[in-house]
Amino acid sequence: MSEKEIIQKLKRIVEPYVQRNEGLDNFHEETDFLRDLEINSANLVDVILDVEDEFDITIDNESMEGMLTVGDAKNIIQHKL
Amino acid sequence: MHTNIISQLPYSSPFLFVDTISNLDENGVTGEYTFSPDLEFYKGHFQDAPVTPGVILTECMAQIGLVCLGIHLVNTENIKLNDPLIALTSSNVEYLLPVYPGERVKVISVKKYFRFNKLKCEVKMFNSKDEQVCRGTLAGIVYEKSKSRRHE
Repeated sequence: MSEKEIIQKLKRIVEPYVQRNEGLDNFHEETDFLRDLEINSANLVDVILDVEDEFDITIDNESMEGMLTVGDAKNIIQHKL
Repeated sequence: MHTNIISQLPYSSPFLFVDTISNLDENGVTGEYTFSPDLEFYKGHFQDAPVTPGVILTECMAQIGLVCLGIHLVNTENIKLNDPLIALTSSNVEYLLPVYPGERVKVISVKKYFRFNKLKCEVKMFNSKDEQVCRGTLAGIVYEKSKSRRHE
């Protein structure tokens, strides 16, 4: 799966949780889930569970804590695929 | 009876809304509570027409459905936390029937997931006629005081 495909899929996954839509218009590797998209931190767990389902991977506690930006998520997904 | 769990709850009167826990395992919990007619809020909700506020029904569902189950899961999964704190993170509840002073309710909660210290459950409340009075999806987290981002 290409990086672009992963990022497109991530964008679709986070969309229901995003509170700041400008962040979606400008969605790139540096996009920060909390700061740029204003996702409620408790909902990051739901984002991660959706990522696990979409990519058929398991994300551990350590990876979860390091997942602050779209790029972090992409790297973790690539590593697990 | 699971009185051990109730003794671990961080609530007391007038904000404890759990009497008994009749069933508890890793997938869910069932508990009961009777709303005493003496509870303070009935004086004002509503004046001369007391009925249990929806927020209190939600609280009762959260204490039984999320907190009792959450304590059990933290205990059984042997999760170690320093100064653990709990927080309700979301509630999406429908209210179907009124609950009057003196009524006994039963709360049944089924776990959707417990991951990364967040517990999400489908929770239903029934009255003594076994009619559904409210239902919804509740979620909460347990976290360490030192890692709190809310109180910086």
